[in-house]
Amino acid sequence: MKSDLILLGHGSGGTLSHRLLDELIVPLLSGVTPDEQNDAAILDVAGQRLAFTTDSYVVDPLFFPGGNIGDLAVHGTVNDLAMAGARPLALSVGLIIEEGLATSELEQVLQSMRRAADRAGVAIVTGDTKVVPRGKGDRLFINTAGIGLVAAGVDIAGNRARPGDKVLINGTIGDHGMAVLACREGLELQSAIETDSAPLNGLVADLIAALGTGLHSLRDPTRGGVATTLKEIARQSAVQIDLNEAALPVSPAVAGACAILGLDPLYVANEGKLLAVVAPAIADQALAIMRNHPFGRQAAIIGEVTAGEAGRVRLQTAIGGLRAVEMLAGDQLPRIC
Amino acid sequence: MCLGVPMQVMSIDDQVALCEIDGVQREASLMMLDDVAIGDYVLIHAGFAIEKIDDGEAELTLQALRDALDQGLDVE
Amino acid sequence: MKYQTEFRDPQLAQLQLAAIRKAVAGQTRRLTLMEVCGTHTMAISQHGLRSLLPETIRLISGPGCPVCVTPVGYIDHAIALARRPRTLVATFGDMLRVPGSSTNLLHEQARGAQVRIVYSPLDAVRLAEQQPQTDVVFLGVGFETTAPTVAGAILDAAAKSLANFFVLGAHKTMPAPMAALLDDPELEVDGYLCPAHVSAIIGADAYRPLVERYRTPCVITGFEPLDVLQGVLMLARQLVAGEAKVEIQYRRVVKPGGNGKARDILQRVFEPCNARWRGIGDIPASGLQLRAAYARFDATVQLPVAIEPTREPAGCLCGEILKGKIRPGDCPLFRTVCSPENPVGACMVSSEGTCAATYKYDAA
Repeated sequence: MKSDLILLGHGSGGTLSHRLLDELIVPLLSGVTPDEQNDAAILDVAGQRLAFTTDSYVVDPLFFPGGNIGDLAVHGTVNDLAMAGARPLALSVGLIIEEGLATSELEQVLQSMRRAADRAGVAIVTGDTKVVPRGKGDRLFINTAGIGLVAAGVDIAGNRARPGDKVLINGTIGDHGMAVLACREGLELQSAIETDSAPLNGLVADLIAALGTGLHSLRDPTRGGVATTLKEIARQSAVQIDLNEAALPVSPAVAGACAILGLDPLYVANEGKLLAVVAPAIADQALAIMRNHPFGRQAAIIGEVTAGEAGRVRLQTAIGGLRAVEMLAGDQLPRIC
Repeated sequence: MCLGVPMQVMSIDDQVALCEIDGVQREASLMMLDDVAIGDYVLIHAGFAIEKIDDGEAELTLQALRDALDQGLDVE
Repeated sequence: MKYQTEFRDPQLAQLQLAAIRKAVAGQTRRLTLMEVCGTHTMAISQHGLRSLLPETIRLISGPGCPVCVTPVGYIDHAIALARRPRTLVATFGDMLRVPGSSTNLLHEQARGAQVRIVYSPLDAVRLAEQQPQTDVVFLGVGFETTAPTVAGAILDAAAKSLANFFVLGAHKTMPAPMAALLDDPELEVDGYLCPAHVSAIIGADAYRPLVERYRTPCVITGFEPLDVLQGVLMLARQLVAGEAKVEIQYRRVVKPGGNGKARDILQRVFEPCNARWRGIGDIPASGLQLRAAYARFDATVQLPVAIEPTREPAGCLCGEILKGKIRPGDCPLFRTVCSPENPVGACMVSSEGTCAATYKYDAA
């Protein structure tokens, strides 16, 4: 059925989100073509390339193992700037608070935001606060916007993947999504899984400094997971991407939680991961740089770009089979029976 | 049709077991099984342990998998 | 993951494939094997097993996806209950997207209905305890693996004297539809990969009458990729040798007699009834209904609602797909009108559905 209502799945980051963007939001507001859509817009301002991005955070629960909505809101926007190859400069913060939120909780969130911003080396320079009546919001929503500068010579975009390129990730997949899901009411899983939420601008700066224009595409696989993000890159660059399941880093606990709930870690959200598409000659160097960085110890080369069929992503399964990888359709729903 | 996950029994409180797979724990009802002991592996479906996992049989199956090419092997 | 990782070894997989090729060497006839169970369909697609098997072996998917075989009228009933005031519908995740005649539970949730995903029927009982002013209705779908867990939840609710916990039941049983499919002259099935976890409850002996009557080999097969390959090998060897027997590949879990205690719980609460299977039709004694003693938990009896007239989706060939007669690619709606985010039929909804698994995983 065609949807006359906005469903939760429209916010999942998968195909429903893309359709909402492509069919309604972008045509009405901007007109940018799909192959130009990146994590941040690049504006020419007085001879400088300015990266500009925004993101809103609505996570439930507000506090989860390893983090909370505050550091998530800083890291997310810092990472969106970094994925455009920009050095983050400043953030804005918009708080939408539901009447009745404990001041101490808000304070805790704000302290985390400050710590996260300091750690990322970015200033919070402006903001706004609104309070909505009880029942009209889910305790606390945060919007952050950010600006950054793209240095001369840096050219990183989702449409620059080329046949032969290697695909890297800076560590285990699915940690954030499973950390949040496991503590959600109704599923009652206990685990030591923590969010991977982290600022990636330092790692990206290292990669840019060493690899230059050999670094073709960067994207953080947040909602929709690695599968959806690679599908976006394959489409934007009109290339095929072949993944190797055996090389995909997945922590045992995330694999276990996914097994219980019938979920595929390829579609589970990350908040401290980046996918890098790099020229083949520098892939090993890129891997070494990632593994040298605190946020890349478990980095791996997980696949390669081929001429193949434009927009296609395939997975060589660990058992030796071959299968297609598609975008996340709606929300990933736990499967039991 | 029926997702089931092998989990190890960590503790038992009356009819409820705390079960674990790779560091992830969840409670499961033991209503459908007799004689479950701590350390046993059970198959969990929808919050219930539906069967114990027989380690000896698992090893026999693995052996049969290793011997698959040998003629005359009947896995039954 | 003990008992999972060992059964995903790529070298052993190559060995099984070599053994399968050897077993069918010289066979000119193509062997059509049906995986009855949706979890098999999912495992075969997710691990890309179809791409590894020799061309002489064809795997087709059967009617063992509970969401897929649940008739449209049941979804309409669940939606009518979700629209009822002070009512919460608790369900396994897959049911949310299944299209009813005009809407689905996700849309009803967007319109304000209380719909909650739970991991266990016991979680639904807990919701009823926590919200005494709300009628909590659990959607009881699934086969003999799941039905005892719902029976267990009802016994739990009875022990707690809960007056606000209800079940809308559509449980179905094996192996009745497997016999119904073999009675269909248009359908060609040489052997069955029998469900792993249903068989843990009903036992291997439950398939013996079927094998004796139809001479169709049955191998109860686990869900890990090596289990599936070994199950295929065992079926191939039976077929090449002209045998027809019930074998258990998944011996670490399944016993000839199954789990008697689970069946006792199931039979205390449920009794057999006729059931309608989407795509297959009515099959006698292939469903489960609550016994009279537990009628106070029956949402159908206790919470009367007006249900909209049933409308089957036009052009959808789910029925043919559930019978294994066609592959999803043969349906004109597949990938054109029908996709996971905009499903027409149930086979595209459930992640175990043949159409969804094909759409998502098959490297076409």
